[in-house]
Amino acid sequence: MEMFTIFTTALIAENIILTKFLGICSFIGSSNKEKNALGMGITVTFVVLISTIFTYLINKYILIPTNSTYLQTLFFILVIACFVQITELITKKYFNNLYKSLGIYLPLITTNCAVFGIILTNINMNYDFITSIINSLGSCIGFVFVIYVFSLIREKIDKNNIINSLKGVPIALITAGIMALIFSRII
Amino acid sequence: MRKIFKFLFNDNPILIFTLGLCSVLAITTTFEKSYIMGIIILIVLILCNIITSIIKKIVKEEIRIPVYIIIIATIITIIQIFISRYSPNLYKAFGIYLPLLTVNCVLLGSCLSYASSHSIKDSFLNALKNGLGYLVVISIIGFLRELLGSGKITIMNDISLLTGYRFIIDVFNNDILPNKIFLTSGGAFILLGLVMGIIRKLNRGDN
Repeated sequence: MEMFTIFTTALIAENIILTKFLGICSFIGSSNKEKNALGMGITVTFVVLISTIFTYLINKYILIPTNSTYLQTLFFILVIACFVQITELITKKYFNNLYKSLGIYLPLITTNCAVFGIILTNINMNYDFITSIINSLGSCIGFVFVIYVFSLIREKIDKNNIINSLKGVPIALITAGIMALIFSRII
Repeated sequence: MRKIFKFLFNDNPILIFTLGLCSVLAITTTFEKSYIMGIIILIVLILCNIITSIIKKIVKEEIRIPVYIIIIATIITIIQIFISRYSPNLYKAFGIYLPLLTVNCVLLGSCLSYASSHSIKDSFLNALKNGLGYLVVISIIGFLRELLGSGKITIMNDISLLTGYRFIIDVFNNDILPNKIFLTSGGAFILLGLVMGIIRKLNRGDN
């Protein structure tokens, strides 16, 4: 039951994009096309899940025993960079179409705040192994869901007539704000 | 006046390129946190731009991103240790958003697109310009959010251990304002969208 609460909280009430503001760059930048949004979301989920497992192990068996938790930032970013590289190789070999359509976005996952943010949250909240994975999974599904819904809304917005100074990013931010207000009231 | 405005808001990393929005939205609930975050980013930006510019001949193109990320992560780690030592309150208030600066697009973006191909002096000036632009915008957002959301302006509270002063101004408190909505995430998005629109209008003079 507790696991379920953590999952739904990560999914909706504390959605990483709308309440923790992580991954805004890809949210605003790449969510123009719904297909890209989905591919991106799935790749991010893969990287986050694997990095969660490894950062948990590194933190518990290397950093805490040697009393060097101040090195967390450096270690975690290296783990993420490695797995993004590996994911890139795998998608290039086995899912060539996805690799081509993602293009430049794939290496940029390293610098996606969502990935690093979820991992830091797991460590900061002192979640155990299973809870970390549940939290990562919930956050990622929330990420994919919001980015997908938002790409649909944005297609509609772009067709409308909006005053010049609000065109593009400002109106996207205001829409996201209204979405965030709705999301925070669901639970 | 016009010149200062242009210097700060033309090519502003937040308003024009929409880089580094996470910290702008997440930690701007009080004015104090906002301007301190702005100053931290200014310092890190200048340091990592200078370092990148110095080592630009040694680093090959293929390994640029990992090298730059490690440089930034090292500087951030040093700042993290410093803040947790001198102001634990502030460290707690920043939470995960301080280590998250490592993956802030403003820092990596200016290393990659400017400092890796320009001289040390030019990189320093570019970093100063970007950093000041960031500092001004993040302070404006923090100021508005705290004013509208809690009806006061915190100038020194969490860093009072360091400076020895506390300084909070109460502005108003009535039925309409302060409105808690500006402290929630939704309010932050809407406010940033509006401020962006207004500054774009002033900047370009269009409608």
